[in-house]
Amino acid sequence: MLRHLARRAAGFAVTFLLISVLVFCMMEIVPGDPASAMLGTSATPETLAALRAQMGLDAPAVVRYLRWLGGLASGNLGISYTYGVPVGSLILERLAVTLPLTGLAVLLAIGIALPLGVTAASRPGGVADGAATLYAQAGIAVPNFWIGLLLIMTVALGLGLLPAGGFPGWGDPVAALRALLLPALALAIPQSAVLTRVTRASVVEVMNEDFVRTARAKGASVSRALWRHAVPNALVPVITMLGLQISFLIGGAVLVENVFTLPGMGRLAWQALAQRDLIVIQNVVMVFATVVIVVNLGVDLLYTVVDPRLRRRA
Amino acid sequence: MTVLALRARRAWRPGSVTLLVGGVLTAFLVAVALTSLVWTPEDPARMRILQKLKGPLVSGLLGTDHLGRDVASMLMRGAFNSLTVAFAAVAVGAVLGTLAGVAAAARAGFDAVLMRICDALFALPPILSAIMLGALLGPGALTAIIAIGVFMIPVFARVTRGAALQIWARDYIMAARMAGKGTARITLEHVLPNIAGQIIVQVTIQLAMAILTEAGLSFLGLGLPPPAPTWGRMLAEAQTYLLQAPHLALAPGLAIAAAVLGLNLLGDGLAARLDPRRRQAS
Repeated sequence: MLRHLARRAAGFAVTFLLISVLVFCMMEIVPGDPASAMLGTSATPETLAALRAQMGLDAPAVVRYLRWLGGLASGNLGISYTYGVPVGSLILERLAVTLPLTGLAVLLAIGIALPLGVTAASRPGGVADGAATLYAQAGIAVPNFWIGLLLIMTVALGLGLLPAGGFPGWGDPVAALRALLLPALALAIPQSAVLTRVTRASVVEVMNEDFVRTARAKGASVSRALWRHAVPNALVPVITMLGLQISFLIGGAVLVENVFTLPGMGRLAWQALAQRDLIVIQNVVMVFATVVIVVNLGVDLLYTVVDPRLRRRA
Repeated sequence: MTVLALRARRAWRPGSVTLLVGGVLTAFLVAVALTSLVWTPEDPARMRILQKLKGPLVSGLLGTDHLGRDVASMLMRGAFNSLTVAFAAVAVGAVLGTLAGVAAAARAGFDAVLMRICDALFALPPILSAIMLGALLGPGALTAIIAIGVFMIPVFARVTRGAALQIWARDYIMAARMAGKGTARITLEHVLPNIAGQIIVQVTIQLAMAILTEAGLSFLGLGLPPPAPTWGRMLAEAQTYLLQAPHLALAPGLAIAAAVLGLNLLGDGLAARLDPRRRQAS
């Protein structure tokens, strides 16, 4: 178990370092100098050199990379060129929108997919199975930002039930949740389609296994055999898919935040590109990538909790 | 039951319906895209400001947008633009990913290194790579193709590696080794032909993913620059007129969904035929 943990942690560290090198090098070759961008064209060479020294831009690339790694650990990520505030606090402020948004989307996706997938699997070939398959195929094919537009058109503008965009802040939690509900649903529907498919396939497979038949033979009802015996054992592929989907969820968050004008990380990155605020882009991308690999590490460790067979092997 | 009926039933193999529906949808998409090169009802870039925001059938089959451009013509050319970027991106991902995958399966030494690089690439969603690349290259087709293609390298690498490892464990590989064939030759002559089916299935499914991602990128203004019509930008422009002209938001979304659905069904149908694991399961 400990060896397994250590190996996972080492893999995580290597992946993290690889991504940081990749991101740093990409931003390094972007033409343009942040100091001259801040001062404009009228700056004298002296003030430019002074600002470059102050921002630490005159150091060699390796030194700046190591400083950045240190900054990532301590949260000191430098100052945004456009906002004039520390990038670290800017990101924290925006994470307070993006993390609840994606978290809510995951909950909604599981809430839709688990009952749908399990019901479909309880009678393969039945009506529910057909409906679930249809939902899965259609849900995977529709872009989340389009679902967002449709929800704005119908639920927000048409019926006036929920806000069409914007975020009131967490001062009023109810209003904040109402603002996040439609964007989270837009993110959740394609995710739930993927999860429904995996849940169905996995439960169907497990229902054919001997221990489920044994449970039935011992007098367990169909629904007890399904929920008590089959579903817990069918969860590993579902959790794997959740982990794999995190990349798509984050990409989707960038889009959906822009549809609903939510001040989250995705919108921050997109606006930073328009403003050529490279230091913001670099750090937002790194934080997002770190979230992806942390979630995948978490999923990996979760296996050992969910599936006792894996625990013993590890 | 007559012999003919028996024969017909045998021809109706698993995945036939999905294969048929997917194939027809995809063929229609490709046909529309190619037709748009020689004919569209109107010039998709022609603005007729007096005809702006007209509903479907009032002006043209699907109406006009806020600049009076013909929506049906824009959708047709958009199909071509979307497919071109998707094909190019999947080509990048499939070629590099397959190379990495077979190399990792053939040499244990490559395996750990390549898979770690794949983990790193997979942690960068295409939209974020596109934002970084957008700073470097500016928005455009190249940015979209690289961003989507690079994200697909790990997808193809993992699929190919897994499939190739199974082939390497077979007896006939041992026989080929005994016959004195080298690793590269075995990969070319035995491994690649035997995993080609799985790669083709993956190409189809990833084309669907690429169309979705390209739409997202052009929705954010990171895809092909105007005046080239793209489904994603059509949706971005429609956002201002959601109540005034809902057809502007419906048509491109439905086009994306139909294209992705067609390719996904085609992929599923092909998988039932070509992928040995899926074939046994069904």
